[in-house]
Amino acid sequence: MPPLLKVSGLKTHFFTFRGTRVVKAVDGLDFTLEEGETMGLVGESGCGKTTTCLSLVRLLPPAGRIVEGSIEFDGDDLVQKSIGEMQNIRGNSIAMILQDPMASLNPLFSIYTQVGEPAYYHQNLRGRTLSTRVRDLLGSVRIPSPETRMKEYPHQMSGGMRQRIVGAIALAGGPRLIIADEPTTNLDVTIQAQYLNLLRDIQRETKVGLIFVTHNLGIVAKMCDKLAVMYAGRIVEQGNVKEIFRNPQHPYTRALLGSIPRIGSKEPLYAIPGQPPNLAALPKGCYFHPRCPEAMDRCRVDEPPIYAPGDQWEATCWLLDGQKQVARQVEGVAS
Amino acid sequence: MTTQPLLEVKGLKKYFPVNEGMLPWKTSNWVRAVDGIDFRIFEGETLGVIGESGCGKTTTAKLVLLQEPPTEGEINFNGTDATKLKGSDLKTYRGSVQVVFQDPFSSLSPRMRIRDIIAEPLEIHTELSRSAIDDRVGEVMRLVGLQPDMATLFPHEFSGGQRQRIAIARSLATETRLIVLDEPVSGLDVSIRAQIINLLEELQAELGVSYLFIGHDLATVAHMSHRIAVMYLGKIVELAESQELCENPQHPYTRALFAAALPASPDEEQEDETIAGEVPSALNIPPGCRFNPRCPYVMRHCSEDEPELKEVSPNHFVSCFLY
Amino acid sequence: MVLASDPAPELSVPAPLSATRTLLSARLRTVREMPLLAVAIISILCVLAVFANVIAPHDPTLPVENIEPAFFAPPMWSEGGSSTAILGTDFQGRDVFSRLVHGSRVSIIVGLVGTLVAAALGTAMGVLSGYLGRWVDTVIMRITDAWLALPALIFAIFLATLVGPSMWNIVIILGAVFWTRYARVIRGEVLSLREREYVKLAEVAGASKVRVMIRHILPNVMNTTIVLASLTIGVVIIAEASLSFLGVGVPPPAPAWGSMLAEARPTLLTGRWWLTVFPGLAIMLVVLATQIMGDWLRVKLDPQLRNL
Repeated sequence: MPPLLKVSGLKTHFFTFRGTRVVKAVDGLDFTLEEGETMGLVGESGCGKTTTCLSLVRLLPPAGRIVEGSIEFDGDDLVQKSIGEMQNIRGNSIAMILQDPMASLNPLFSIYTQVGEPAYYHQNLRGRTLSTRVRDLLGSVRIPSPETRMKEYPHQMSGGMRQRIVGAIALAGGPRLIIADEPTTNLDVTIQAQYLNLLRDIQRETKVGLIFVTHNLGIVAKMCDKLAVMYAGRIVEQGNVKEIFRNPQHPYTRALLGSIPRIGSKEPLYAIPGQPPNLAALPKGCYFHPRCPEAMDRCRVDEPPIYAPGDQWEATCWLLDGQKQVARQVEGVAS
Repeated sequence: MTTQPLLEVKGLKKYFPVNEGMLPWKTSNWVRAVDGIDFRIFEGETLGVIGESGCGKTTTAKLVLLQEPPTEGEINFNGTDATKLKGSDLKTYRGSVQVVFQDPFSSLSPRMRIRDIIAEPLEIHTELSRSAIDDRVGEVMRLVGLQPDMATLFPHEFSGGQRQRIAIARSLATETRLIVLDEPVSGLDVSIRAQIINLLEELQAELGVSYLFIGHDLATVAHMSHRIAVMYLGKIVELAESQELCENPQHPYTRALFAAALPASPDEEQEDETIAGEVPSALNIPPGCRFNPRCPYVMRHCSEDEPELKEVSPNHFVSCFLY
Repeated sequence: MVLASDPAPELSVPAPLSATRTLLSARLRTVREMPLLAVAIISILCVLAVFANVIAPHDPTLPVENIEPAFFAPPMWSEGGSSTAILGTDFQGRDVFSRLVHGSRVSIIVGLVGTLVAAALGTAMGVLSGYLGRWVDTVIMRITDAWLALPALIFAIFLATLVGPSMWNIVIILGAVFWTRYARVIRGEVLSLREREYVKLAEVAGASKVRVMIRHILPNVMNTTIVLASLTIGVVIIAEASLSFLGVGVPPPAPAWGSMLAEARPTLLTGRWWLTVFPGLAIMLVVLATQIMGDWLRVKLDPQLRNL
């Protein structure tokens, strides 16, 4: 069976100042996601994680364009789809949960209208069937007394409640893939824990594939099966979460793991020197070398190939030289 | 530790009036944002304040910074009540207590050069000459790891982490004794967060300043602080040494916070039990113990009486009827 | 819908190293993107106003000598026109072109200085009202409410009859009429600026209210003031023309575009089109140019639109 989502060689570039400047926000991504699997997409701001999400659903801002690569969802290439087909896919089989629940909900419409909208348009539900559907959806995101709640408006709800409503809307079309872009950043710790547990339960029930975009490695440790670490528009390491946490191969992954404080520890943190890179002016060789504590001469000149330190495990770093390399066939190579 | 605390807060309360009725001069209800808290900060110490939104931690910061007058209570700084200060004494207080905010983008005036931003407290509080101010600006910039020749640039030319360094440099420019850190790393990238946390710790070791560190991330607060106060709905529910609190949390709310904290690695034992419900509004604080509607150990008299903050073991205070 | 919000692309642009270079190229780009037509009109007008004495071929207040016919000579390209008066002469035999050139002085001075007075007064009031709040805010805002309730032109006529007609009086009157717009907008802006963290930081550091207003609030509302000003210059010029047209503006025989129109009114139906068309055209072009400039500035100075 083909994987639920297979992204190969995806490149999304931004063309600013009337095409005079090209920013390679996403520059050659390869990953796969199976049904019922959760992948964490981790990186700092400006590393291209949000652009990746927007590319997957083809909702890039006008300056952005997918210049290369394919996004195979259920065997179909999303890059080739027309706008109309994409609209259909977005409402139904791919859903998105964004960071700010207040901005995702329209303050002028009731919860009923907003949660019912996808079912109204895509499944042509009306009247009693529609309200039953809305009640079920609200129940599935554990909103207490859905009957009364669905007549209310977003401003009457707390942040955690609103984010659940957004979750209910995402589930309305019966999606096979949910892309969650930092959905818990604005939530309190206890509310975040509730929400994450809820997402995990929903996933167990519906076998939906989940892509979790975050900069918080704790969330990845709690939620994800797979991890992809992005740096400057590329994945520098990806593989099984447990294996990577136990034995990170790429110095950037190591540095990230070393930079988060742990409860009960007073050790000084490992601070990655310097700033996240400017995508408009990337260094030669490995993009991470100016901040890398283990940089060698070679890193400053040549881009490292992708190595496979284990099964389903990839890391792009010269330190792994000598290990098995991953060969990728690039389809439709443009010079 | 010295006996005289640098800052001693006693019975601090802040109520905001809410007018729901038709008569603007008639206050129908009060938001009890901070409802009687006591804590002390010693020289060179970091007190962490942790809690969820609406727990009153930001209001506490505002009160300590004298941005809002307290409804009741004292803020003793070096033995004198800061809320009653006037004139030059007030100015001295403002020179000794500074703040670093969460958002490095809105905390620097976009139209001022870095030199002028850092120099502002000096211009207000000292009679230094222009060149002496320039020297001091260069000095604090070096202290926070910035090149002094960047002083002529504008804030938009810096990244988030560098801006936060500028904000810290500014807060250190005068003879600062206490810095209120209001979620200083929440707006930063992971890799930059560690830089700023390390910087703050180094500065404290070097200069002996005290911090009031306000945060919502348990791991960061625990890492930074010597002692931690856990706040819930305007009250301190638990106060203990950082190590002690992490190893031995007592109050059910503190335990819930620890349970909700994210694991450091996927191999870690994960607790699926999280407390239900959400923080109630500070407009309708539940009677009795504020935490009783969400508490898994709730007893009958929890909804009748309010527990006092009691010392359950040396330097470990909890307000709960379980102890 | 879930996807309704509009996430910005993740483009980080720090790089303090090349700051001066990008600044320079940004300046160059700014110059290239300026609206050419508007800039041309405004520069021509400025040249005319400054060098009016040199450019105007005749005295604008005296009849042209040695011209046939003595009054109402048509423009030079029409039948019976002569090259002595390019755009013809008026009912007193004065050169229309010279009067237009000298009139541009009035328009520019009244437009610029009037706007400046209004902007300065309005911005100051707006900053005071927004930052100090409480009773200061209430008083200033009630005054602006009352002010805005009065029709601008009628109010200006009323003031003009009180103080008597003269160019500088008109400047002050127009400033007094139009400041309320600034006060309103600036106050709104200050209300949001007041909550910014850098303002809080300054207060925590012990900065006085005056210092906060001058160092932190004022520089940050200047963009808005500039944009508003560029958009009101046109309105002020029209208001001046209207006042002059109604006879309460710049007193005759001094040339002003509005009074030229007023003087031409009785002859409108006699086919002497050049008396109304040229001043009318001048007013229209100048107002149009300032509006285009204002609109361009608005986009240019808005940080949200600037980087697109």
